[in-house]
Formats: sequence, C-alpha cells, structure tokens
Amino acid sequence: MKELLIELIGAPLGTIVFQLIFAAQYTVYLSLIAFVGGGIAAVFITLARIAPYKPIRSAATGYIWLFQSTPLLMLLFLCGLGFPHLFQFQISPWTAASVALTIFTSAYLAEVWRGAIGAVETGQWEAGNALNLRYVVMLRRIVIPQAIKFGLAPTIGFLVQIIKGTSLAYIIGFQDLMLVGKRWANAPVDGSEPFVIFPIMAVLYFCLCYPLALFARQLEQKALARGQ
Amino acid sequence: MPIVSMKAVQKWYGDYHALKDLDFSVEQGERVVICGPSGSGKSTLIRCINGLETCDAGSIVVNGIELTQRSDSVAKIRSLVGMVFQQFNLFPHLSALENCTLALTEELGLTQPQADEKAMQYLDRVRIADQATKRPAQLSGGQQQRVAIARALCLEPELMLFDEPTSALDPEMISEVLETMVSLAEDGMSMICVTHELGFAREVAHRIIFMDEGALVEDRDPVGFFEHPDNPRTKKFLSKILR
Repeated sequence: MKELLIELIGAPLGTIVFQLIFAAQYTVYLSLIAFVGGGIAAVFITLARIAPYKPIRSAATGYIWLFQSTPLLMLLFLCGLGFPHLFQFQISPWTAASVALTIFTSAYLAEVWRGAIGAVETGQWEAGNALNLRYVVMLRRIVIPQAIKFGLAPTIGFLVQIIKGTSLAYIIGFQDLMLVGKRWANAPVDGSEPFVIFPIMAVLYFCLCYPLALFARQLEQKALARGQ
Repeated sequence: MPIVSMKAVQKWYGDYHALKDLDFSVEQGERVVICGPSGSGKSTLIRCINGLETCDAGSIVVNGIELTQRSDSVAKIRSLVGMVFQQFNLFPHLSALENCTLALTEELGLTQPQADEKAMQYLDRVRIADQATKRPAQLSGGQQQRVAIARALCLEPELMLFDEPTSALDPEMISEVLETMVSLAEDGMSMICVTHELGFAREVAHRIIFMDEGALVEDRDPVGFFEHPDNPRTKKFLSKILR
C-alpha cells in the first residue's frame, strides 16, 4: 500500500499519508478500548446511580460528577504523568491513555444511560410494582428494553466524541494519528508543511467520525418515528 | 376480617396534607366507589393500599397483613392486590399476551405455555383474546384498559384497585371498560374504584365515599348517597356532576 501511495502522489507525501493512515489504526484501537471498557464500567455505574439504596446512589453520582467536570486533558496528565511521578512507577502511554479515556467514557455514558432510564415513564415502574415484580425483573424486562431506544443514538454519538478525544493522548506520548501528524508537520521536509499535514489529518478523522455521526442520526430519526 | 383496614392514616407531600387522619375499611367481597374533586386524596388513598405511596402515620392492614416498610410485607400485599391505572401503564414493547404473562413466568414460576394458557383465559374474560398478539399501540384505549384489567386478574388478586380507569378514555370506549368491571363485580370481586362514573357507582357499589381535602366526607349506600347526602359539600359536588 505504501508503494501504491508513493506511485500515486509522489515520494514524501505518499510516505506521510501512509504513516498517517497507519497511525490512525491506533486511534481506532484506543477508541475501542475506551468505548468497550468505559461501556462496561458505565453499566455498573448506571446501576449504582439508580440503585434503591441512597449511599450507593450518592457514590455513583459523585463519580459521575467528579469525572464529568474534569477535563479529559487533565485526566490524561494525571494518569500518564501525575500519578506515575507521585508514586514512582512506570506506565506506558497505552495504559495511561486507556485508563484515562475509560474513566472519562464511563462517567459520560453512565449519565447518558441514567437519563435514558429516567425517560421511561414512572407509570411503567408503578405497573411493575403493582404486579409485584422484583426490581431486577423490572429493570431487565420493562425498563431497560424501553430505555435503549432513548439511549442508543446519544451513545453512538458519544463514540464520535471519544474518537476526537483520543487525539489529546498525543500529549503523553501516545503514538496515534495526532502524534505522527504533528511530528511530520514539524519536520523540515519539503511537502510536509503544517498546512498540508493538518488538512490530511482532518480528513482522516472525518472519515472515522462521519459514518458514526450518520449512523447516530439515523438511529435518532428511527426512535423519533417510533415515538409518534 | 376486612380485606382493607386503614386507621389514622396521614400522608404529607411536603407542606401539603394529602390524607388527614383517615379511617377506612372494606369488607371481603365489598365494592366501594370513591369520588371527589381532584386533589382530594382519592388516588393517594388507594395507592397507599398496595404501597405505591407510603403513608407517614397510621396503620394499613390488607387481608390480615400489616403494611410496613419491610419489603416482604409489601410483596405479600401486592400479591393479593391488583391495580388498574388511569393511563393503563401497559408495557409498550410487549404484546397484550406478554403483558399478562410477564409476572406469571418471572415471579410465579409458570412455564411459558402454562402462563400463555392462563393469560388467554383472562384475556378471553375481558373479551379481547382475539387481539392477544397486538402491541398496546395497536389497540384502542378501551382495549388497552381491558388488557390492563386482564393483566391484573392473571395474578388472581383478592382485591382490585381501580384508579380512575375510564378518565383517559374517549367517551365511546368508556362503556366497554365499565361492562368489564360490572362483570367482575358480578363474580364477587372485592373492588375499590376511584371514578366519576356515577351510573356505574349506583349500579355496582355497596358504598360510595365522597372525599374532599384529604378526608372522608360522606360514606353511604348508593341510594342514600344520591337521594339524601348528609354533607353540604357532597350535595354541592353532586349538583355539579349530575347535570
């Protein structure tokens, strides 16, 4: 593929585009780790957030509040530089970026999903209670199936935010599209000026995000149509 | 033993005194209609009986079981009490049949075929068995409310609570729901109905209760209630509603 690109668009640019596309795969991996890891954590936080016991609810609310009001950049600094420095341990940029993005994602998704569950009418809970259903049965059979239609579109939409969010991980040395692109933009090579590199990077990010944004919009319209 | 016995029940919503030192009891097989202006505490009263609202003071005993904060007492009472809501509260993602079988399979341990058979009996009982596979959104309001009644009946309750079951219905659908309720009454079901359908009240109720501002103002047999109510507030209410 590298040779093909060089053949098509010339030597320095072909190499650069190839390296950018190659680096973009790490952007995708990191996004997936954040989304899957954050999603799993968010399931538990959401359940805690709506638990019938107040201390558990408060703990979950605190977690969401803390990490939603913390800039992602600061989480990355803390995980990649702050804590390792403070407690004297080594951490790879991979691990640090994964942890930071997972925490960030879990807090955000938990809030989205709590909202989706809150959007299910209280009458549904009341009917379940009147039928003497257990709490878990109400959640599993009544509330969650209905909440999914409210939560699906914003969840996919947030995946776009994660992909863009991973670009911040370059700051702790994570080798992704952003870091490789910036390196080229700073390199004294003809044809790798910032005004060439950055638009190419923007196009690559766009190619990752746009299909998802489109998919989210489609889901949203479907949910709206079903609501009427 | 009365099926419901409430003594000195108090309920506050913040500053608002919704139930004021209320005494109320219903005998086995008795049918009681509760009416009164909105905000008078009718719904709160019946929602306290199955623990959808918790009262702040007083005691509630259902079929000999005292309602406490403990979840096992709430569960025992809920297993004896069926409830029908103003807004039906059917599960929109499930068919009429699945609405009825959910509690049977999940909580009573019936197999799906057993649950289906039982649910079909009750759907047939409310004359809607032919619509069993439809989702609530595909049914009319009256049909939805009859499914909701069947759903409650599937658990074979000792007492049925109706919270304004016809208030959300178009006029032409009210009668089909009332007919279903009349036929339940004919089978001897204990019922407490919050409703403004006074024709229904006259036909099936043993007692009619008029509530106002969180208190029971009038508690009479239907003839006495309509012909010579004691309380001026009842008279005023009746004159407004029976034009």
